[in-house]
Amino acid sequence: MTATIDPSTEAKPGSPVRLAGLRRGYGQVTALDGLDLDIAPGELVSLLGPSGCGKTTALRIVAGLEHSDSGAVFVDGKDITKVPANKRDMAMVFQSYSLFPNLTAGENVAFGLRLRGVSPAERRKRAGELLELVGLTQHYDRYATQMSGGQQQRVALARALAIEPKVLLLDEPLSALDAKVRVQLRDEIRSLQQRLGITTLFVTHDQEEALSMSDRVAVMNAGRLEQCASPDEVYTRPATPFVAAFVGAMNRIGGIASGTEVEVLGQRLAVTQPPEVPAGAKVTALVRPESVLLTPAVAGLVRVARSSFRGPVTRVTVELADGTEVDSDLPSSAAVDLRPGTLADIRFAPEPVMVIQ
Amino acid sequence: MADTKSRNRQRLDLLGLLPFLAYVAVFLGVPTVSVVLGAFQDDAGGWTLSNISAAAGDPYLHAFVVSTEISALTAVIGAVVGLAIAFAVSASPPGGVLRQVVSTASGVLAYFAGVPLAFAFIAAIGSQGLVTKWLGALGLDISGFSLFGFAGITLVYLYFQIPLMVLVIFPALEGLRPQWQEAASNLGASRWQYWRLVGGPLLLPPFLGALMLLFANAFAAYATAAALTNGIIPLVPIQIAAVMSGNVAVGQENLGNALGLGMILIVGIALAGYALMQRRTSRWLR
Repeated sequence: MTATIDPSTEAKPGSPVRLAGLRRGYGQVTALDGLDLDIAPGELVSLLGPSGCGKTTALRIVAGLEHSDSGAVFVDGKDITKVPANKRDMAMVFQSYSLFPNLTAGENVAFGLRLRGVSPAERRKRAGELLELVGLTQHYDRYATQMSGGQQQRVALARALAIEPKVLLLDEPLSALDAKVRVQLRDEIRSLQQRLGITTLFVTHDQEEALSMSDRVAVMNAGRLEQCASPDEVYTRPATPFVAAFVGAMNRIGGIASGTEVEVLGQRLAVTQPPEVPAGAKVTALVRPESVLLTPAVAGLVRVARSSFRGPVTRVTVELADGTEVDSDLPSSAAVDLRPGTLADIRFAPEPVMVIQ
Repeated sequence: MADTKSRNRQRLDLLGLLPFLAYVAVFLGVPTVSVVLGAFQDDAGGWTLSNISAAAGDPYLHAFVVSTEISALTAVIGAVVGLAIAFAVSASPPGGVLRQVVSTASGVLAYFAGVPLAFAFIAAIGSQGLVTKWLGALGLDISGFSLFGFAGITLVYLYFQIPLMVLVIFPALEGLRPQWQEAASNLGASRWQYWRLVGGPLLLPPFLGALMLLFANAFAAYATAAALTNGIIPLVPIQIAAVMSGNVAVGQENLGNALGLGMILIVGIALAGYALMQRRTSRWLR
């Protein structure tokens, strides 16, 4: 997507956002259990977690569409917890297509400007520019039902950007789209967000989306923040076993604790954080599939159970002597000889691993 | 090959419609054609416009006016009150008791008409009705209110018009997605601005459509008014019945056909408007 944009839509300093001790319960269910999060101006932070972890509740509280039982939301240092949604100067793109069906794409984009008393001529000009920005110049007079899901979400994004919000809120905006459009649109959203410098809070349950789009990823579980760090750090240095298990694939392999190391299948590996167990205690090492190396060997310790071709990478699953299955992601060229039934040697990349009891 | 199979299957499925189509042809198509042709024929079978001109003059023109007034009034009141009820119910939790009760009650009451309804009202608020007596005992005298005039018929018609409105408009209210209001609010709209710019325009076509349906429903109602007023109020269906049954003058069946044609045209226009609005609504609120 290429588009020339009006200078007024170029990057402006975004607003800092702070969530302080947000709590929200629904009867016996605790949706948010003291969420603290700081978002820097112009930063894109993803709230990532399984269904029911509280990420959408947090987003809706920031938007003012729901209230918290306690805690506060600050934007530009001001407490906006009690400010109604229509006075917050934020814009949200929803998961389900939320274009107003009685308005054309252009009128949808101009909706927020109309509420702000912008003249019809200026509204039309701005709406046209924003539709151009999202690559839909020719769709100005189309209604929602005359557009595909991807086009509707682009218009929704343009509508959100039209009011030049202090904060952009994205509530799983890509989850209803097919895979190809999803990848394309996520790149477009990230590119626009960076170009315009809007502070953005993005809710998703798709870790690939979160890792590829965000400056930082906030992993949530049961209403709490497990870790908030760069995508690279979340993936390579998960702070908790939950993050390790939730973000990316993870093998759980039995090992023996040995101070700052763990012995796994005869190999000593450094641990990210020594477990609070005596040396010699049985522990579980968490190892990424790409850190598991396999080579065919006549007297190998493991037997290939199955393999799954995934383009450049092939996932080979081997069975250990105790029946545990371990996944290994290998370059497809290196996995040619690892057919089911083949014996192989197993080794681990010399990287620190997380250990749990 | 697959296409041919699919087409054959579709043709087979259409066979299931045959009983319905036959029913419509016999009980709607044939009578309609008969009424239309009869409206332009004299007793000897020759073509004439005299029936039409008679139907367009008094006393029948007056009947059209009264029928239109009652239908319009009960449609407007029924639509407004029904919308208010449906709106209140739509705010209750989905699957809740209130929704089930109102939905079921509306389904029953919307089709409770005719002689039983007339009798129910006479027994309740007629001059010797139960409610009339109770209220009289409490010092509130409503015996001066006549069920047998314009106001009485209007009141009785509302008994089925309001539930019909609830039934018809409720799906449209349910079709309004909460996200639209949230999106509008998020963009800076107050509740009033949302209803003025989004919710209102979305509900207007189904509201107007329902209004037309209610109008047609009241215009075509016969049994309730006939049982209640015994022909005192000159409504079009009552006039047609009088002409057809020979109470007015012998040999005026074709005048009845002309009146019927007028009725078909008015109700047809209202229902066409309803269908048009429904089409627009389904495009927006699907």
